[in-house]
Amino acid sequence: MEPFRTMTSGIITIPAENVDTDQIIPARFLKTISKTGLGGSLFADWRYDSNGSPRPDFPLNQPKASEARILLAGDNFGCGSSREHAPWALVDFGFRAIVSTSFADIFRNNALKNGLLPVVVDGQTHLQLFSLVEEAPDTVLTIDLATQTLTLPDGRRVSFPIDTFSKTCLLEGIDQLGYLLTQESRITAYEQAHRARPLCQHE
Amino acid sequence: MSNQPRTIFNKIWDAHIVMAEPDVPTVLYIDLHLVHEVTSPQAFQGLRDRGLKARRPLQTMATMDHSIPTTPPDVPTTDEIAARQIAQLEANCRDFEIPLHSMQGPTRGIVHVIGPEPGLTQPGMTIVCGDSHTSTHGAFGTLAFGIGTTEVEHVLATQCLLQRQPQTCQVRVDGRQGPGVSAKDLILALIAQIGTGGGTGYVFEYTGPTIRALSMEERMTVCNMSIEGGARAGIIAPDDTTFQYLAGRPYAPQGTEWETAVKRWRQLPTNQAAIYDRQVTMDVDRLEPMITYGTNPGMGIPITAPIPDPDALPDVSQRLAARKALEYMDLMPGQPLLGQPIDVVFIGSCTNSRISDLRQAAGLMKGRRVKDGVRVLVVPGSEQIKQQAESEGLHRIFQKAGAEWRQAGCSMCIAMNGDQLEPGQYAVSTSNRNFEGRQGPGGRTFLASPLTAAASAITGVVTDVRTLQ
Repeated sequence: MEPFRTMTSGIITIPAENVDTDQIIPARFLKTISKTGLGGSLFADWRYDSNGSPRPDFPLNQPKASEARILLAGDNFGCGSSREHAPWALVDFGFRAIVSTSFADIFRNNALKNGLLPVVVDGQTHLQLFSLVEEAPDTVLTIDLATQTLTLPDGRRVSFPIDTFSKTCLLEGIDQLGYLLTQESRITAYEQAHRARPLCQHE
Repeated sequence: MSNQPRTIFNKIWDAHIVMAEPDVPTVLYIDLHLVHEVTSPQAFQGLRDRGLKARRPLQTMATMDHSIPTTPPDVPTTDEIAARQIAQLEANCRDFEIPLHSMQGPTRGIVHVIGPEPGLTQPGMTIVCGDSHTSTHGAFGTLAFGIGTTEVEHVLATQCLLQRQPQTCQVRVDGRQGPGVSAKDLILALIAQIGTGGGTGYVFEYTGPTIRALSMEERMTVCNMSIEGGARAGIIAPDDTTFQYLAGRPYAPQGTEWETAVKRWRQLPTNQAAIYDRQVTMDVDRLEPMITYGTNPGMGIPITAPIPDPDALPDVSQRLAARKALEYMDLMPGQPLLGQPIDVVFIGSCTNSRISDLRQAAGLMKGRRVKDGVRVLVVPGSEQIKQQAESEGLHRIFQKAGAEWRQAGCSMCIAMNGDQLEPGQYAVSTSNRNFEGRQGPGGRTFLASPLTAAASAITGVVTDVRTLQ
């Protein structure tokens, strides 16, 4: 996983609340056996018309979208299905951070494992950010993970929460399976103490 | 710690801690890992890339359910990409020695149906799957939740997950449901009450006399949709209903082991003095059949109610979302949903494809005809349910009424297998999600119970089943 330290970028906004993972990446794109190449299908049903042509009014089709690394989205982003294809598609498109007032649990977990930072801000800051981008579409934000701060163009700094473990993993690009594998002896001890046994049989 | 009053969630959580230290997530042991074709290929590839084996292949069970056709087995599959994904699952199970309920086997079906069916899902377990509806298994007093593909890889490699402890929320349900009102209506009403993100960060525990009176299949319907209220898991403490369901099933403990197991399971329910982080209550005495009108499962109303006016909602983003939803659904606020013409009825999915669901739908459709021009798909949750239904003659009732009787699978719930709505079509569906395009691009979904779905199939419009019975 690529480390996440600090980043300054323009912003793409999708103001709808409860954006579900079926919108982020519709199910028909889940037949892939690979993690890569999903960026072209990100938000496919909102982004393209029925002939497959880009809808000019959709935020991802604005010229600045190809450069933007930050998505500003409505409350409860990523609800619904557990598909990790959602963060894969967001990262493949180029996003490294999503700013919202809240995230669905499974999406949040999946994002963190793919170097995609979920940034939770309070409702007032959230609204301010939307109006900032509306007034000045080229607004840039700086996100610094080490200090857990988001810096607005006027220099105002807003802090955001993240648990220590996820933060360390992101800062250092640590992959969590590597960490889990170091727990081998404890896992074996647990299995012996609890007499873990085969449950399923082959057909 | 064990003398402290605890919730069932805390008891299961505590019993599965491999390691808990400050500043790192808990290493939680997973008893049973369910795997399907869509969310697992990249996880197996991850194992191969690192040269790892599956740590506990016999605590893992795989099947294909999402992208498989539900047409008769002799109809050749035309979706090459889906076929490749299915072949990949078969190869992965072979290479990593994981039991597979195969396409040709007698026990294939939707993963959340075929876990409980042979008694594999048991009280006190931790169960995960790369699928958000894993919450279904909580009906047995298990801690069961959906995970992403990276976590699927973690569990395959270590049988463990790194997890932060969620909070607990008691959902207490009182009252007696009237005729025509089912478990599906109960859970749709709860989600309408709390909103689609209302349970984020929590594990629900459903309690109260109404829940106690539900059958196991009804409990599975309730727990299944916990995630639609934002809760990763929903739990119902085990009781005699649970034990009666499990007794004698092939994977359930037998003989003296059964007695020991039941004794252990009886210790699981939440202690009286245990404290939840939050409580929600609802009363079903006056509950009507519920139906959704919008594009998330929280947009639900009693079937006789008018479609809510977005302008009446308290905050801006809610108003925006509701307007956008009505625009997508092409519906007017203030209008009743009753009488809305429909094109398709789907009876199936991990929410409502079990034998009791099919019996209810068949009971209503018996001796009646599906309205001309309405397509009705009945898709059993598993091969075993299909056989059971056929032995009871239910398939003939459906077929005589003009409905299609299909092979088991997820089918039109997720529309990955060719079973899907045409753009602009309306469906009454017994599944769990009404998101934009969920049942096919441009398709419009009304979520409802099997009874409401069957009634609407007969009349061709959204119908209050109580007027037909």
